[in-house]
Amino acid sequence: MVNKVKHFFEKFYLVLIIIILYMPIAVLIVSSFNASEKNKAKWGGFSIAAYGKLFKDELIMDALYTTLLLAGGAAIIATVLGTLVCIGMIGMKKKMRSVIMGVTNVPLLNADIVTGIALMLLFTRFTELSFTTMLISHITLIIPYVVLSVQPKVLQMNMSTYEAALDLGASPAYAVCKVIIPEIMPGILSGFLLAFTMSLDDFSVTYFTKAPGIHTMSTMINAEYRKGIQTEIYALSTIVFLIVLIVLFIINRRSAAADRKEAAVQ
Amino acid sequence: MRKLTSRIMSGPYIIWMIIFTVIPLGLIVYNGFTNSAGNFTLDNVAAIADPVNAKPLLLSFEMSLIVTGVCLILAFPLALILSKYSKNKNSFIVMIFILPMWMNFMLRTLAWRLILLNNGFLNQWLTTIGLDPIYLMNTKTAIVLGTAYDYFPFMVLPIYNAISKIDKDVICAAQDLGATGMRIITKIIMPLSLPGVISGITMVLVPSMSEFVIADMLGGGKVYLIGNVIEQSFNSGYADVHMGSGLSLSLMVFIIISMIIYRIFDKGEEADGVW
Repeated sequence: MVNKVKHFFEKFYLVLIIIILYMPIAVLIVSSFNASEKNKAKWGGFSIAAYGKLFKDELIMDALYTTLLLAGGAAIIATVLGTLVCIGMIGMKKKMRSVIMGVTNVPLLNADIVTGIALMLLFTRFTELSFTTMLISHITLIIPYVVLSVQPKVLQMNMSTYEAALDLGASPAYAVCKVIIPEIMPGILSGFLLAFTMSLDDFSVTYFTKAPGIHTMSTMINAEYRKGIQTEIYALSTIVFLIVLIVLFIINRRSAAADRKEAAVQ
Repeated sequence: MRKLTSRIMSGPYIIWMIIFTVIPLGLIVYNGFTNSAGNFTLDNVAAIADPVNAKPLLLSFEMSLIVTGVCLILAFPLALILSKYSKNKNSFIVMIFILPMWMNFMLRTLAWRLILLNNGFLNQWLTTIGLDPIYLMNTKTAIVLGTAYDYFPFMVLPIYNAISKIDKDVICAAQDLGATGMRIITKIIMPLSLPGVISGITMVLVPSMSEFVIADMLGGGKVYLIGNVIEQSFNSGYADVHMGSGLSLSLMVFIIISMIIYRIFDKGEEADGVW
C-alpha cells in the first residue's frame, strides 16, 4: 500500500515536470498555427500562412544560414583542435596536462558575457568584427566541450595497442590514425555534437563579437521579437523542435544499441 | 620522437587558447585597471561599490541564488526518481527531460514571454477557469521563472549522473541494517551525490548571475541586473570600456570563487562535466 502511494507520487512528479518543461514549447507551436496576428493567446483560427512566409523571409533565412554555417565550421575546427590536444596530452607530464585542462575550463566556467566582451576587446583592438571573428569566438566557446568529451575516452584507452603498433613499425602518425582515433571515435562524435549545439544556442558571445549586418538566429530573434515577424519566428521554432526531436531520437537509438552491445560483450 | 609528436599535436590548441582565452582576459584586466588616458587607476574596480552598480550586483546575486535554489529543489527529486527508472543516461526517459534544452535558448525565453504577457496564455487559462489574472511580466518573478527554466537541465544531469554512479550494494546494505527510505536518502544518497550537486550549482549559478538578455525580454528593462549594466557600458551611448571591464572583473571574482569550489569537488581528470 505504502509502496503504491510512493509509486503514484513518483509518477505524478515526473509527469508534472514534463508538463512544465514542454508547456513553453507547446505554446510556441500552437502560436505558429494561430491565424490571429495580434494576440496569440486568443485562438483566431487555424492557419499555416506563417510557414509559407517563413521561407520567403530573407532576414530569417539569412540568419538561419549564418547560424548553421557558423555552428558547422566552428564545430569541425573545434573538434580537430580538441581531439589533437587530447591525443597529444598522452605523452605529457601530469603538471602540463593539468595546466591545459585548467585553461580549458576557463571558457566553460566563465560567464558568457565576460568571454564575449574579452574577445570583443581583442578583435576591436587588432582588427574589425566580421564573420571570421564570430567563427573564432564560437570555436573558443565550444572547444572545452570537445576536450571534455574526448579526454575521458583517451584516458580509458589501452595504451598497449598503440605501443604495439609502434613496435610493429607503424609511424606515430599512422598509429594515431589507425589505432587511437577509432578507439576514441564515440567521444569525438559526442564532442562534435555538443560543440555544434552549444554554438547554435549561443547568444551572449555572438552578441558582442558579431559584425553589424550579420545575424545568427539568436541575435535576429533578440532584434526582431517585438516587431512584425513574430508568427514566422514561432513557425521556425516548430521546425527547430521537430529537427531536434528527430536528431535526438536517432542518436538515442544508436547509443542505446551501443550500450546493449557493450553489455552483451561484458 | 614521441615528445615531438605530442608537441605538434597539442601545439595548435595551446596557441589558440593563449591568443583567444588568456590574452583577451588580460585585456579585460588591463582595461579594468586603466582609464581612457592609459594611466593606472582603481576607479573602475571600485565603481562596483557605487550604489548604481552595487544594487544590480546584489539583485543579480539574490536572483541567481533563488534560481539555483528552485532548480535544486525541483531537480534533486527528479534525478532520484529518474535514476530509479533508468539505469543509463541514454535511456528514452532521460532523453525526454534533456530534449527541451536543445531548443534554441532565445526561443525558449520567447515562449515564456508569450505565456507571461499580461494578455498572454497564463492569464487566458486563469480567466477561463474563473480566477483573477496575475501580472507577472516585467517583474523579478518572470525573470526567475525564465532563467530557472533555461538552466534546469544543467542541474538535473550532473545530479542524475552522480546518483546513478552510487553503488547499489551500499543502499542494499543500509536497507538490511534497517534504514528507512528517508534515512537512506539523507544519510547515503545525499552525501554521495554531493559532487554532482556542487557541479549542478556552479552550472546554474554562474550563468544565471551574469544573465542580461532574459532580464531584457522578460523584465522589459524594468529589472536591471549587473549583466545589463555591463552590457550597457559596452553597447550604448554612454559606452565606457574601462568601466565595463572593471565591473566584469568584479563579476569574475564570484566566478573564480565558484571555479575553486568546483575544482575542490571535481577530483580526478576524467570528470565528465555536464554529461
